[in-house]
Amino acid sequence: MSGIARGLLGWIDARFPLSKMWREHLSEYYAPKNFNFWYFFGSLALLVLVIQILSGIFLTMHYKPDAELAFASVEHIMRDVNWGWLIRYMHSTGASFFFIVIYLHMFRALMYGSFKNPRELLWVFGMLIYVALMAEAFMGYLLPWGNMSYWGAQVIINLFNTIPYIGEAISEWIRGDFVISDATLNRFFSLHVIAVPLALLALVVGHILALHEVGSNNPDGVEIKKNKGADGIPVDSVPFHPYYTVKDIFGAVVFLGIFSVVVFFIPDMYGYFLEHANFDPASALNTPDHIAPIWYFTPFYTVLRAIPDPFGGFVGMSLAIIVLFFLPWIDRNPIKSIRYRSFLFKINLLIFAVTFFVLGYLGLNAVTPLYSQLALRFTELYFLFFIVLWTYSRSRGVVFWISSFVILLGIITLYDVFINTSERTELIWQTWSIPAAYLVITLLLPFLTRLGSEKEVPERLTS
Amino acid sequence: MANDDFDHGRRKALTGGAAIVGGVGAVITAWPFIASMNPSASALAAGAPVEVDVSKMQPGQQIQEIWRRKPVWIIRRTPEMIKTLSTLTPKLRDPGSEENQQPAFAQNEFRSIKEEFLVLIGICTHLGCSPEFRPEPGTISSSWLGGFYCACHGSRFDLAGRVYKNVPANKNLEVPPYYFMSNGRILIGMTREEAAA
Repeated sequence: MSGIARGLLGWIDARFPLSKMWREHLSEYYAPKNFNFWYFFGSLALLVLVIQILSGIFLTMHYKPDAELAFASVEHIMRDVNWGWLIRYMHSTGASFFFIVIYLHMFRALMYGSFKNPRELLWVFGMLIYVALMAEAFMGYLLPWGNMSYWGAQVIINLFNTIPYIGEAISEWIRGDFVISDATLNRFFSLHVIAVPLALLALVVGHILALHEVGSNNPDGVEIKKNKGADGIPVDSVPFHPYYTVKDIFGAVVFLGIFSVVVFFIPDMYGYFLEHANFDPASALNTPDHIAPIWYFTPFYTVLRAIPDPFGGFVGMSLAIIVLFFLPWIDRNPIKSIRYRSFLFKINLLIFAVTFFVLGYLGLNAVTPLYSQLALRFTELYFLFFIVLWTYSRSRGVVFWISSFVILLGIITLYDVFINTSERTELIWQTWSIPAAYLVITLLLPFLTRLGSEKEVPERLTS
Repeated sequence: MANDDFDHGRRKALTGGAAIVGGVGAVITAWPFIASMNPSASALAAGAPVEVDVSKMQPGQQIQEIWRRKPVWIIRRTPEMIKTLSTLTPKLRDPGSEENQQPAFAQNEFRSIKEEFLVLIGICTHLGCSPEFRPEPGTISSSWLGGFYCACHGSRFDLAGRVYKNVPANKNLEVPPYYFMSNGRILIGMTREEAAA
């Protein structure tokens, strides 16, 4: 560093902790040396956030938040504004990629137990980011004022109607009108452009501060801070900069390549990223033949549809998200990483991932008797996953396994009897085997076989 | 603090008092912001009644109007359609329209003033999609007698807008206030009594 630069840095450091922050968060932030593929997605999420904020700023320069003008202003961006199509496709593709990256990031946490002590708050911050992101995406989706924007928002805001007594007042307060209207569009614009992004940024700062306070987890789930050298630096670690900054730049380059292919060649992703009904302007008279939320909401949407009672559906959907916040207190098993947990834990996690996909698939499709029955079954699997996860927290006796099996299958069967009608009987009993088989595998195999046995966790990182 | 020579109780009371007064002030300040999001005066005012000419409607025809920015349907039912209504009672959740989803004049089997003309708000009582008019028997299921089908979540209603059992919606479709100004003209948005008042 030249003398002038060093002088300037010294001048700044005397007034602002620039070098100190650089050291604490980058050059002397010691991260485990064994990060793998799954550790790309945190930094990629940050990258997508930057893409969304930048492209959003430029879209806001041309967009008009007015029910009469909004749809046409988006067309204006697409046709008249120089490079407007590119900026808009970056933003719309970015929304879907944000969720792809976040879901993979969350699955990483599930695999390696990254939410466990002492990272509970880190997880809670992450969940808050996820919820804020869903709000941001939902409100952004109204802004093009297409017909799917309109009816999607109509359905989701009406969810609040189902709350007894105060529901309608709440949904009127959210809309600012008795139906989705100009007032709704304008406030969603305000929240989408100012309020939620500010909250998101604050939460991201909180997430990173919490991470750097406790240190990163790793694929072995072994705490590197337990093994420090004479210099006080964890033995199995490397400084984040330059090792992981370079790794993350590599990830960003690959990611941007894939991202560009979608932006330039398939921005609508065959109707999954941009729904075709949204190329028609909003119309209060015509509901699109088939309303499906955008793909990243469909797993929860299926939970909503699976429960016949409207308020019950709303509660079920909310619980499906809320339960995730409590993950650190549900999975109490001291072993963090999937590498050292039982075979049955792996099976349980795999079934959960499949369940999430199936719920997502069902939410994209119209309701048929079979699909609505499957929706109920996979909703059951979704919630059972957490109960099973809790049972795997420590070793249990035969009596515990058998009684939890009997109780859970009993509750499910009783509910089936309760909702049974002559039209549904056949479907109910045919699909009963889904939760039954799940419970046999997860609750009976632990004492019938040795598949529930866990492996010894090493003292140090293995690779 | 080095100097412990002060009244702890007094300090606690003052701190607590200031926190409470400040908290109340924050809540009062929040009020106008929260209330500003409620429907505005102009949103409340935009609800003028709509006049519809139904004299030229064919039997079996549906027309759509907009009242308070919601779709309102008028269906001129055929005698066959009207006949289906009484056969459906055991399959319906609220066949007698006990739930307050209609003006008093429509709390009957036909849910209308005149048997022939059905007037409904075309918003599903589940989550607010606009259902489709599917009058052809046997289309939605083999036992379907005609009615309204909401593709969003699969709710079904009969030809009087009454909801079937075991569907996501749990209330009948809403009937707006309306009256016949003359034989072929309907005013949607007011009952006769309200118009007279």
